[in-house]
Amino acid sequence: MQALLRAILSPSFAASILRVTTPILFAALGAVVADLSGVVNIALEGTMLFSAFTGVAVSAFTQSAWLGLLAAVGVGALVGLTLAYSHLKLGTDAVLAGIALNLLAAEGTVFLLYVVAGDKGVSSSLPSKVLPDWHIPVIKEIPVLGAILGKQNALTYMSLIAVVLVYLFLFKTSFGLRLRAVGENPDAADSVGISVHRVQFVALAISGALAGMGGAHLSMGYVSWFSRNMTSGRGFIALAAETLGYRHPVGVFLASLLFGFADALSNYMQSLRVPGEFVQMIPYLLTLVALTIYSGRQRKGRRSSK
Amino acid sequence: MEGGKESQREGPILLMEGITKIYPTGLVANSNVTFEVREGEIHALVGENGAGKTTLMKVLFGLEKHDAGNIFVKGEQVNITSPRQAIGHGIGMVHQHFMLAPSLTVAENIVLGQEPRKGIWFDQKKAAETCIDLGKKYGLEVDPYAKIADVPVGVKQRVEILKALLRGSEILVLDEPTAVLTPQETVELFAALKALKEGGHTIIFISHKLAEVKEISDRVTVMRSGRVVGTRNTEEISIRDLSNMMVGRDVELELPRPKMSAEDRREVRLLVKDLKYVRDNKDVLKDINLQVKSGEIVGIAGIEGNGQAELVEILTGLCECHEGTIQICGEDATEKKPGEIRELGLSHIPQDRMTFGVAAEASVAENLISTRYNKPPISNGFLLNLKAIFATCLDLINKFEIKANDPKQPVNTLSGGNIQKVVVAREFSTDPEVIIANQPTRGIDIGASESIHKYLVNATENGAAVLLISADLSEVMGLSNRLLVMYEGRIVAHFPDAEAVTEEELGLYMLGVKHQEPDEIVASLMGEAG
Amino acid sequence: MKTDKRFEILRTGVAIGVALLIGFIVTCLVSEAPLKAFGYFLRGPFTTTRRFAAFLEAAIPLTFTGLAISLVFSAGQFNLGAEGQFFIGAVAATAAGIYLDLPPVIHTLVCLLAGIAAGAVAGFIPGILKAKWNASELVSSLMLNYVFLKLGMYLVTYHMRDQSVGALVSLPLKETSLLTQFIPNTRIHTGVFILLITVLFCYYYLFRTSQGYEVRMTGQNIEFARYSGIPVLSVILSVQVLAGAIAGLGGAVEMLGIYKRFQWLASPGYGFDGVIVATLAKNNPALVPVTALFLAYLRVGADVMAIYSDVSAEMVAIIQAVIILLVTAEAFLSGYRRRMLLREVKQSASAS
Repeated sequence: MQALLRAILSPSFAASILRVTTPILFAALGAVVADLSGVVNIALEGTMLFSAFTGVAVSAFTQSAWLGLLAAVGVGALVGLTLAYSHLKLGTDAVLAGIALNLLAAEGTVFLLYVVAGDKGVSSSLPSKVLPDWHIPVIKEIPVLGAILGKQNALTYMSLIAVVLVYLFLFKTSFGLRLRAVGENPDAADSVGISVHRVQFVALAISGALAGMGGAHLSMGYVSWFSRNMTSGRGFIALAAETLGYRHPVGVFLASLLFGFADALSNYMQSLRVPGEFVQMIPYLLTLVALTIYSGRQRKGRRSSK
Repeated sequence: MEGGKESQREGPILLMEGITKIYPTGLVANSNVTFEVREGEIHALVGENGAGKTTLMKVLFGLEKHDAGNIFVKGEQVNITSPRQAIGHGIGMVHQHFMLAPSLTVAENIVLGQEPRKGIWFDQKKAAETCIDLGKKYGLEVDPYAKIADVPVGVKQRVEILKALLRGSEILVLDEPTAVLTPQETVELFAALKALKEGGHTIIFISHKLAEVKEISDRVTVMRSGRVVGTRNTEEISIRDLSNMMVGRDVELELPRPKMSAEDRREVRLLVKDLKYVRDNKDVLKDINLQVKSGEIVGIAGIEGNGQAELVEILTGLCECHEGTIQICGEDATEKKPGEIRELGLSHIPQDRMTFGVAAEASVAENLISTRYNKPPISNGFLLNLKAIFATCLDLINKFEIKANDPKQPVNTLSGGNIQKVVVAREFSTDPEVIIANQPTRGIDIGASESIHKYLVNATENGAAVLLISADLSEVMGLSNRLLVMYEGRIVAHFPDAEAVTEEELGLYMLGVKHQEPDEIVASLMGEAG
Repeated sequence: MKTDKRFEILRTGVAIGVALLIGFIVTCLVSEAPLKAFGYFLRGPFTTTRRFAAFLEAAIPLTFTGLAISLVFSAGQFNLGAEGQFFIGAVAATAAGIYLDLPPVIHTLVCLLAGIAAGAVAGFIPGILKAKWNASELVSSLMLNYVFLKLGMYLVTYHMRDQSVGALVSLPLKETSLLTQFIPNTRIHTGVFILLITVLFCYYYLFRTSQGYEVRMTGQNIEFARYSGIPVLSVILSVQVLAGAIAGLGGAVEMLGIYKRFQWLASPGYGFDGVIVATLAKNNPALVPVTALFLAYLRVGADVMAIYSDVSAEMVAIIQAVIILLVTAEAFLSGYRRRMLLREVKQSASAS
């Protein structure tokens, strides 16, 4: 037990939390942007998978990790736009469309992997590139903090910056204002001349792009290859983090950290022969409790106002 | 002063000429309506529910397309097909349901769509300043940083008005603005409207409340049944005359009132005692006492929105939050759920047919059995008996003359009148002890209305107790044995003999001009209990 | 109404056609011999008896989860928990199959009941959270899928694992618990009969019982159901429990029919496939086996194509996704529908 505590309190453990949090955080931020605009983006899981694959394939082809990242983000946005098109233009239910895209991604990436790498499991035959770790000069020298934040993957830093950027975008720009108005009361937005669909298209593109960053981290930051189904539910975890974080970038950041913590802890505990499964369950159970309390309160509020 | 304004411009600021609007259901909402508003006046538009006021304003604001007629703003003919165009012509509208995003601040809601920016950033400070300036200018001060969700209704309304003003509205339409306000908030609103008028704005004020109309407006246009009855200078018309213009029977229907002597109506089937319902700190229902006996129709007259809808929801178990007691056939029904209340013998024709009355995409048969799907012969408690369902449905379709080709047809392929007949057939064929009929003939053709009236009377003569809620005076006066009037959540009058009441008198009670003493009402109501 | 039905069939047909076309185009892009590859894809299940059997086998779990999903969707509940229910049902049946000592048929029945019970509990949770606190069953069921996956993996790894085998598999199930594979050279097992009974049960439940009527009316218009006196909250709860039980039964049947040991390392994905199946079947239990067979046909066809050509089996994912997107798209071909309706109105007008 003491060994466990010591391990958890060590800076290297904190650093590993940040590392595993990165993809969840990106996707959860994407979930926030989509949800605040009024569309549930269930396709995050598939989006990450597509982007993880694209990043590997493009970086192998161009021999540039950055071009790979760019392509991953682009593909993410494209998946978001596909969801927007089927939901907003064709009238498919957003949940069903999301499920369709997830299923497409799960097997479609394997199909593409076979086409480009001739393998259905991993992309190790592709000479793909990895996004670099960044060393932050001043922070690196600070004792504990340096070990946590001094050296991380470029995308991990970007995910922290993304929290701030998404916050600024949603709450400090006029487009963000419109986006939130559209999500809350589309009639109100429409009555002052805002095109509801256009705002939602943009929101889903951004949502997809953010999930795309998360996908790129999986295959080009965390590890250096793409493997089938490597997201393993992180897109859905992101939805949970979004709910748990009360649809606010900062709340979502904390919720993602919690998921990252549970993930890192379970990895560690497995090495101590403690069943990691129970630890991994915690975030989901927490989300259930939070969701129930949140909904119960909403309902009560609605009743008394009715 | 009006004269002065008029001389600045030839003709009115707004002219709606020969407007006709027919809904796809065949309902004529506006029939050759001509409506004229002068610049700088407060013009009240009054009429009962369904008189066509809201439709006319929806046409003006581009929310409904009119079938005939022209609109002129400042003498120029305009074509308005969307709210955006209406705003472009300087028309602003404050809807009954606010068009606001609750989690955004007051300022954010006001500037939405034309936000001040600093580069890519939303300029919060500038937005707040705009709101403060605007508020000062028009005497509508608001806290720009407050969240809409946290402010009272009166402030939300002020925000809506400011929104319209910011968009350069010269003509401001307010749809029943005082319906949601407390008296204090109403005073503030009126002060603001007067200030706006001084500032040269034109205001169209939709209302039922004649005292308010008298207080605030310069001129008043009265509508009834989709037509304009007339336009008067407010100073020159008394509340009583206004009420007579507004409330009137269009056709003196010879309706077959249930014929039962008072001795025959003995058993109290529905009894309500001291019912009270509070919402948002406002008394929606207060001191409601009533009883309905076997063999009689008790009508509740009143302008819609005076608590009738809530009363029905509470009586039928759809709304649970209230104080007081309800008895149905002698049994306590206060805490019961809709299904349990139906078990006591209650049937309910709901006001909103498509939300409560039917499942639109389900078949006629499925809609006909929804209150007996677990009783013989439809079901043995577990399995449905398809033959019995088919037979029952054919029987009901014939008996109630529902024009349907096939019980399996989705109910939304029928006309409005036939959908209502489906509801009536279902509710009347279970031998109910108590029937609550809320606006039973709204929006349906005359033929179907007549049959529904006939069924109501038949059911009553067979011993049912009927509570009829209707904003249609011809209906409620023609069918009821006794009449109650509701105004602002209370029963303000009881007429033990509905035949002895004139519509003029009823109108005065409905519009809040007169009211009986509460003690007197209770005494006469309970006296009836015998 | 006839027009509506005809239109639905037409739209589904066109959607499948478009999807196959897109699949063919993709095949052309990646294959040296696209015609040959696509030919194998189209007639794959008919190439050998073994493959035909595989096609039938594959439809069994798809039908179970499809039925579960069509029940909850009929009640208007977006519960996607079939994934976790199926998984935990299989784990429960495994436990009963390993540890209990019972005579043949009874042992199987007890294992199936264990699967049913586990699935029902898994369905109960989102149901009660929705009925009591109005918590979105969509989010809660997605979360529970992971909880049950982890719980199941824990139970298998720490309590049922066969230490003598290198891979992570459970101890073998007792012979007495297994469903009989009754057609030689195939894995088609007696679970098929359980499946047929379940299909009939679901169909009759939904369309021939008072409870099924409650479910459908709640899904069609919950306000109307409440107004009519239907106890909507208990309907919402009970339908999710029932759907969970069916998905759990599906997991148990799959376990006892196909496998000798529990050997899944991840959720096999039948829950989400069930969404495709139910959606294509318009939530009608009688059509669920048909759409499950259709999906199984595509899957096995794709596998056969992968064996004989340079195109991998996952190509089928593209076809599936396009079909779902188009079949559920309200606006897809809606212009054509309007014209059909107009024509019908004109005809009936001229006829009368």
